[in-house]
Amino acid sequence: MFARIIPIVVKEFIELKRDKWARFRLIVPTLAQMLLFGYAATFEVYHVSTIVLDLDHSQESRELVSRFTFSGRFDVALARSQAEVTKAIDSSSAAVALVVHAGFAQLLRKGQEAPLQVVVDGTNSNTALIALGYVNTIAQGFAQDYASDLAERTLGVRGMKQVQVTLEQRPWFNPDLNGRWFFVPGLIGTLTLVIIVNLTAFAIVREREVGTLEQIMVSPIRPAEFILGKTVPFFVIGLGEVALIVAVAMLWFQVPFVGDPLVLLLGSALFLLSSLALGLLISTLCSTQQQAFSMNFFILNPFFILSGFSFPIASMPKVLQWFTYINPLRYYLVVIRGTFLKGVGLGVLWPELTAMAAIAAVLLTTSILRFHKSLE
Amino acid sequence: MKFRRLKAIAVKEILQVWRDPRSLMIALLLPFTQMFLFGYGVNLDLKHLPVCTFDREGSQLSQDLLKHFQATQYFNIAHNAKTYAEITAAIDDGQCGLAIVVPPDFSERINDTGTVPVQAILDATDDNTANIAFGYAAAVVEGYSNDVAVSWMDRQGKPLQQIQPMVVQSRVWFNEDLESRNFIIPGLVAMIMALVGAQLTSLTISREWERGTMELLVSTPVKPIELMLGKLMPYLVLGWLDAAFCLALAALWFGVPYRGTLFALFVTTSLFLIVVLSIGYLMSVLIRSQVGASQIALLVTMLPTTLLSGYIFPIDQMPKVIQGITYLIYSRYYVSIVKDLFLKGSSLVELSTPIIFLVIYASTVMLLAARAFRKRLD
Repeated sequence: MFARIIPIVVKEFIELKRDKWARFRLIVPTLAQMLLFGYAATFEVYHVSTIVLDLDHSQESRELVSRFTFSGRFDVALARSQAEVTKAIDSSSAAVALVVHAGFAQLLRKGQEAPLQVVVDGTNSNTALIALGYVNTIAQGFAQDYASDLAERTLGVRGMKQVQVTLEQRPWFNPDLNGRWFFVPGLIGTLTLVIIVNLTAFAIVREREVGTLEQIMVSPIRPAEFILGKTVPFFVIGLGEVALIVAVAMLWFQVPFVGDPLVLLLGSALFLLSSLALGLLISTLCSTQQQAFSMNFFILNPFFILSGFSFPIASMPKVLQWFTYINPLRYYLVVIRGTFLKGVGLGVLWPELTAMAAIAAVLLTTSILRFHKSLE
Repeated sequence: MKFRRLKAIAVKEILQVWRDPRSLMIALLLPFTQMFLFGYGVNLDLKHLPVCTFDREGSQLSQDLLKHFQATQYFNIAHNAKTYAEITAAIDDGQCGLAIVVPPDFSERINDTGTVPVQAILDATDDNTANIAFGYAAAVVEGYSNDVAVSWMDRQGKPLQQIQPMVVQSRVWFNEDLESRNFIIPGLVAMIMALVGAQLTSLTISREWERGTMELLVSTPVKPIELMLGKLMPYLVLGWLDAAFCLALAALWFGVPYRGTLFALFVTTSLFLIVVLSIGYLMSVLIRSQVGASQIALLVTMLPTTLLSGYIFPIDQMPKVIQGITYLIYSRYYVSIVKDLFLKGSSLVELSTPIIFLVIYASTVMLLAARAFRKRLD
């Protein structure tokens, strides 16, 4: 049996070696996507363009504004009139506007509530929400310090004179809330899925289109051996792809890897099996490369969106959430992030690994059965 | 340029599209599936985040605080832990995204004055969700803190003055309820148009090459410019239909408020369609095989449009070098135009900058395509 599989494996590697396009498709999109996602895909909010209208010109108002300037989150520009503020928000040249009305300091000194008016461009709700959070934090810090200062000056006591409950932030696994740590490891899943499904589907459809598939079938090789011989090279390529992305993530993007590499390897192997089976399945449904191309697009896109790669599954409607349970990428991403960032092992990840094994088994059986049929 | 020849090419192209199931699938099925998949699947709003609590005191006051969490729609208390290890486990296996830890001397410290810290442990593997969750949690605690302070002052017999010396009065413009759907769906329309447009025309010339009809076309008196316009025309009509379908779905089905004029939408959408159709045509001229052309067209439209157009990831938060690159991404201009038309109701004058960029883009690509075609024939 091995004697018949090995020539197929060798043939496949030779074909890949000669196919310049295939090599291009393996390496260039991988690196391009890694760079794009590593640098461009971020929900972090720094340098919010901010316009400030200070109508009070007091020491207090200047102190408040300087807190925004020095927070590193806001790029502050000064406005001279309310019209200027409105125009800046309308034309998107500022995303946040702060207005301090005349009499602000007076109210503060009298111990009355002094308002700080904030206008946020809500077009991008995510950025707006995070920016508002930062505005509130800075404003609260200012209010607290001012209150304790006032207490100290008027009553001669140190510290706050009243009760206050505060919330302390303890972000685990990613203490700086670095978006790169979220996106870059996730690419291991999305990129290998696309590459492996494409390679497998195209390799078999090409044989069918060119007509070499029939030649192979009249040789003494059995279908199971043919499938094995076809998929082993892609499995190896898939593992290489995983290794490449892990290396770039750790060495170039400095994403920490705190877990067990063997767990990631196990997860990757199971995921690759599902991807190979999916590619095989697509190949049985298509007779031309063109069809395979469209089919890949229509099938892979939902896998991609409904995986939790960039959009939280918990925010999706229930029906779509159900679909994610049959998506191997969903489980693989949990394994990747679990091993990279959380450092959890088999004890925590066994449900995901079992689910992936089950999906791989179902997909492999269906695709092999269908493949047999498509040959007859 | 003769109109008669233009028309002949256009009629021929319409027949070809009509008979090619693949083109029809791209034109009809793709917008439909993508609209619903992305429209529902892509959502950044935080709702009912499972929360784990660890009340180390278990007093009236601490339970009160946790009730405040249960009362918001953003959180959903999923687990009341008895030990710290339970919290670690719940966060580790992703069962909870946030854990609130109340210190054992909570009420004591509230009765004594001063600052009482409560811990929020976040699963920050998804940094964005963690960040937003913390913002909401901080607001919940602040509300509770004010309640406590008021009742404390009441008990002390002090006059009820304001708790905070300063209040933030925030107002959100354009997307008042801060729903992510309202900015994602208009951008999604742009993305689908870019994808469909380039895919459709990427097949036109390469199809002629593959079927061997190119030589026939060349031997007719039709001129390259007539061929290009004649071939693009039917797709422009198809593109209009797709755009109308997607935009109507965005406004009527997904309920995104539309505040601009329909005329502005028509003008800018047509302009954008001309750009994407010409890009696909250029690919088709440069690459002779249909599969190759449509793959390249997918590569140059899909990824840059999703990542660099500002469709989801804000451009002004990217590194400067990448911000420079985004000026080359034609979708960037249309994404900003559609968002402004939908949410801000901008006029054509206010949108003049992105419109000028689109015009420059359209003329450059058409010029390139015309030139490339001439070269290929030699």
